[in-house]
Amino acid sequence: MPIERIDVHPTHKYESFKLRCGKPYPFGATLVPGGVNFSIYSSLATSCTLVLFQKHAKEPMAEIPLPEEFRIGNVYCMVVFDLDYENIEYGYRMDGPNDFQQGHWFDKTKILLDPYAKLIGGRDIWGVTPDWKDVYHHRAKIANEDFDWENDKALEIAPEDQIIYEMHVRSFTRSPSSGVREKFRGTFAGIREKIPYLKELGVNSIELMPIYEFDEFENSRPNPETGEVLLNYWGYSTVGFFAPKAGFASTGKLGMQGDELKALVKELHKNGIEIILDVVFNHTAEGNENGPYISYRGIDNKTYYMLTPEGYYFNFSGTGNTLNCNNPVVRGMVLDCLRYWASEYHIDGFRFDLAAILGRDPLGYPLSNPPLLESLAFDPVLARCKLIAEAWDAGGLYQVGSFPAYGRWAEWNGKYRDTLRKFLKGDTTVGDLAQRLQGSPDLYAPSGRVPATSINFISCHDGFTLMDIVSYNYKHNEANGENNNDGGNDNDSWNCGWEGPTDNPDINALRHRQIKNALAMLMVSQGVPMILSGDEIGRTKNGNNNTYCHDNHLNWLDWTLLEKNADLFKFFKDCIAFRKAHPVLRNPDHFQNRDYVGSGYPDISWHGTKAWYADWSNNQTIAFLLCGKHAKQGLVEDNYIYVAMNMHWETQWFEIPGLPSQKQWKIFANTGANSPEDSWEPGTEPLLENQNGLLLRDRSVVILVG
Amino acid sequence: MAFNCELKTINAIATISVSGELDRKAAPDFQAKVEEASKQDITALVIDMKELEYMASAGLRVLIFAKQHMPNVTVYVVGAQELVADTIEKTGFNESIVMLSKYDAAIIEKN
Repeated sequence: MPIERIDVHPTHKYESFKLRCGKPYPFGATLVPGGVNFSIYSSLATSCTLVLFQKHAKEPMAEIPLPEEFRIGNVYCMVVFDLDYENIEYGYRMDGPNDFQQGHWFDKTKILLDPYAKLIGGRDIWGVTPDWKDVYHHRAKIANEDFDWENDKALEIAPEDQIIYEMHVRSFTRSPSSGVREKFRGTFAGIREKIPYLKELGVNSIELMPIYEFDEFENSRPNPETGEVLLNYWGYSTVGFFAPKAGFASTGKLGMQGDELKALVKELHKNGIEIILDVVFNHTAEGNENGPYISYRGIDNKTYYMLTPEGYYFNFSGTGNTLNCNNPVVRGMVLDCLRYWASEYHIDGFRFDLAAILGRDPLGYPLSNPPLLESLAFDPVLARCKLIAEAWDAGGLYQVGSFPAYGRWAEWNGKYRDTLRKFLKGDTTVGDLAQRLQGSPDLYAPSGRVPATSINFISCHDGFTLMDIVSYNYKHNEANGENNNDGGNDNDSWNCGWEGPTDNPDINALRHRQIKNALAMLMVSQGVPMILSGDEIGRTKNGNNNTYCHDNHLNWLDWTLLEKNADLFKFFKDCIAFRKAHPVLRNPDHFQNRDYVGSGYPDISWHGTKAWYADWSNNQTIAFLLCGKHAKQGLVEDNYIYVAMNMHWETQWFEIPGLPSQKQWKIFANTGANSPEDSWEPGTEPLLENQNGLLLRDRSVVILVG
Repeated sequence: MAFNCELKTINAIATISVSGELDRKAAPDFQAKVEEASKQDITALVIDMKELEYMASAGLRVLIFAKQHMPNVTVYVVGAQELVADTIEKTGFNESIVMLSKYDAAIIEKN
């Protein structure tokens, strides 16, 4: 019979509760034999009380003060025995100094959310109006963290082989047109029903916009035009970093959102699809001096937030406050959080919103060697996770190309987006385009960073959809209720001759062709392509380039477009399959612009309307040839690939470079042809009739394979 | 409603009938019956859920536990009510068991 440990029984009593001093690690609430271990850090609290509620109750059922002997350093930790942990919610009251200028905001009348809460109640069902008089809105709960993963683990797809699909959990299946069962719409379980669609499209990685607990009712207000309630729909405002959003789970009302999300990850992995989470460590939902007490403000304001010497909140995020990421304690929280998602939820990677903030010190100065970014890059648990930075912030720090990378970080390449959009309307030099198509060596090669550093995209949740880039010259955000003042003005878009919807068949045909041009160039670029969910079926947001607050058709994917724009879906599917079939498009290192395997062709060569002669002075015509023998730095043999781009308003004849004898050019894609002949399933490409050259109609792209 | 569960074994098929609400307090009873069934020489375990009104995450875990400890036994869940069936499906557990709307001898007794 095993002898019991001598340190797991109660030593104290408070009312009917049996207690003992707990262990400081891990932070948060953890199941231990006989009870629950609670642990929370505060550098300046003078007292700490654990507040317990019966699930959903208005008033607490007990408030247990933590005695001084339950404090180890600055960590309060306590085991409470025999708790019915599935049916309670917990919070903390903390007392301490309250001095604005010193940055102290302790207030013992507030009940505070545990920053390490693994499950949070209070918004269990999306969109249900909360009780505004609730004394404790976002309530920590205790999770069963077990899950039967069977043999699942992170997929570890090579960085250069990723094809990323950016999506919002609710938008993806909320519309009845999705065909998903009603109870599952707009949830993690709903995404599982659409996995066959994702597999058919061919993407191997989905990037989910924020899925940790956030408050959709933050800043809710009526739409001035329609009266409907505008919500915090996108969720870039964290309430709880460690908890998946209950409102995104159809089992949220049962508190099983953790299981539901894990089941999604397991199913995605079974189908060869990675999952990347969009994480927002740059600010929290507590806002500025006028914002609510949710958590950090009342626990340790000075540690968690960047404060000015006068005690105000720095606002590098543009949303009210800025998380003090390079403070060692906050750094620990960020690391614990990401390790938690990677190990408990088997997440494959993270995309960091406004990541430039992660490189600022507590007073906001950019650091050349930011401890947080260094720790993340070298962390043992996160070692194989993708780390992607949105390498700018709202305080003027633009770091695309210069983000402190430590050999690990990738970046959302905003320059790729800008250059490709400009090229589509003939507005940029082909020299700039050439750099983007090669994985932006001008930005990344000098510091030894590989092409996969560059996350190439033309559209994402911020800004126009791909269909809107080719349908609108100007943003139309009136529905946001801010007089069209919100959203960026530099959209680099061109409406093809008419602003908005039109019956004109020529304009609509040009729009489809431009979308295909964009996608074709994206899929033959070195680096990592990312597409926006819905672009493959011509999704429109009616010209609104900032739909952060809409819980309606502006954001919900309209699946009827799959039939209406079947030509687009087929083209996307073929191009994605083409990229997957050709390793020469996915090199781990940059081109050397020379022949280093003895094939007689350089790894990449540039051409124009004349073969072997590129005209770098024009803005409309350019072509490149990839030598198949140089694929993956010469380790793999692939076909030769030739891509010609004509953004001129007139048809042009392109002379095609010759292939080694015995090889012949076949045509994989020609956006100038009508569907279904605009692209072919890889392996079925027809022979090019005239091997010496071909006509590219105005604004079209051709891809040949030999 | 109080939880109740009963075990009957006929011809190497164990059937546990559950009724009421399977929450964390009731889960140990259910687990005990599953363990009892696992000690027998059976080819199939049938959980009859026609009278089960509610199953919390603790109950779900007993089902998973059952599957893990009886790898050569097919686990059938029969007659689960809508809320319970949804929970099983949304958490992905339906992949490891066979869900039937009613007891189908042709399927269950085929061995």
